[in-house]
Amino acid sequence: MERLRYFSEVVTLQLIQEKCNNCGMCVKVCPHEVFELKNKKVYLTGHDFCMECGACKRNCPHGAILLDVGDGCGCAAGIIQGAFNGTTPTCGGPNEITCCN
Amino acid sequence: MASSNQKCGCGNSSELVPLQLKVPIDECGCQTTGGIPIQASTRYIIGDIKTKVGAFPQITSHLDWKDYLGAFKVRWGIRRDRYRVAPGLYAVGTPTERSDVFVTANYKLSFDLVRKNLKGMNSWLLVLDTKGVNVWCAAGKGTFGTKELVRRIQLTSLDKIVIHRRLILPQLGATGVAAHLVKEATGFTVIYGPVRAMDIPEFVQASYKASKEMRRVNFDWYDRLKLIPNDIIYNLRYLLSMLFVISVLSGINLNGYSIQQVLRNIIPIAKIIASGYFSGLVLTPLFLPYIPTQNFSFKGLMVGAIVSVLLFLNHSLDGNILAQFAEIFFISSFSSFLAMNFTGASTYTSLAGVKKEMRIAVPVQIILAAFAIIIFVLELTI
Repeated sequence: MERLRYFSEVVTLQLIQEKCNNCGMCVKVCPHEVFELKNKKVYLTGHDFCMECGACKRNCPHGAILLDVGDGCGCAAGIIQGAFNGTTPTCGGPNEITCCN
Repeated sequence: MASSNQKCGCGNSSELVPLQLKVPIDECGCQTTGGIPIQASTRYIIGDIKTKVGAFPQITSHLDWKDYLGAFKVRWGIRRDRYRVAPGLYAVGTPTERSDVFVTANYKLSFDLVRKNLKGMNSWLLVLDTKGVNVWCAAGKGTFGTKELVRRIQLTSLDKIVIHRRLILPQLGATGVAAHLVKEATGFTVIYGPVRAMDIPEFVQASYKASKEMRRVNFDWYDRLKLIPNDIIYNLRYLLSMLFVISVLSGINLNGYSIQQVLRNIIPIAKIIASGYFSGLVLTPLFLPYIPTQNFSFKGLMVGAIVSVLLFLNHSLDGNILAQFAEIFFISSFSSFLAMNFTGASTYTSLAGVKKEMRIAVPVQIILAAFAIIIFVLELTI
């Protein structure tokens, strides 16, 4: 199956090579194969497939990943909800009744 | 109070409910998670397993028709916020101190999928309190997170129940859980398993290695189809408020206002709104990869435009030519808005991307809709 792709060159993901010790944790947790482990070295090869879920950043023990993460997904309804509440993008209403159970 | 016990449905199962005793209990003695009573039925509990630190409920891997019916209902948004199980530790089969520990969310749909796929494996299932939200969304919100996992390990005294120090988490939980911090706090090593519970048996057979396919999130037509019913229900708020506002506006005429005119217009208006709804919420998601452009709102706009122009050519739109133009604008705009909201349900859109899309899409949608409504009202009064 062809991989679904969103816009090019907008994603905030960055890999700081100097901090990376190539443990490969980001490769394991990424749902879109954004990272690749080649010859015991981690490369950021699928930048445009990143959905900014934040799994790699959260699990990087060395702080080698830079990324702006919201609630883990790009959701227009969440951005609108956040704009109404005057907060950052958020999912879920006042009673934690969410659209994304 | 017997009556209130029956109301929350846990009256006669007190010896079978999870025995961690840390679950909040409400005034009628029912277990609750975050103030909302858990699912009345705990039919999946079939016994208990004794350990050094007490007994834990044993659950079946068998899903019966009620579980499937429940899954069908939540797909349609029925009592979805209550589709929860009590957080805590459960036993599948007859686990020992050497058995694997799997971790999941307390959304019953997630819980059911995991226990079904643990069939034949004697294992422990640690259920986190995610307020009834699935693993991935809860991980994004942080409820399926490091803090809750560490707390739940401590509450259940997991370190006294198993002698190994391994936990198997769904990969999508990684958005909320930092494996290295869990290790630091509890000594347990987090192993990220497959994205989908159905791959658990294969993952275990492959010595706890998730293949590339197991780690990848897809979004095929069936994944999209499953989301449509809930979107139809969830977005009814937009449908009904549109119907109300436009119907009220449709009473304006040269002589002032006419209720009869509203009643006459309400069915044609409902037809228009339903067309936009269907275009943006059903057609766009279903044909998502086949519609040109990556932009969800533009996809929705195109589908809405095609549907409305087809209706126009088929002479299915009401009113004079001016009104029909307004209707085409409106259907396209509404469809675009709803399709844009599908970004949240999709599995590949980034926050930065959606923000970029909205900067153009929202003004366009507002202008188109405003234009449509102005033409519509003018046409009524001229």
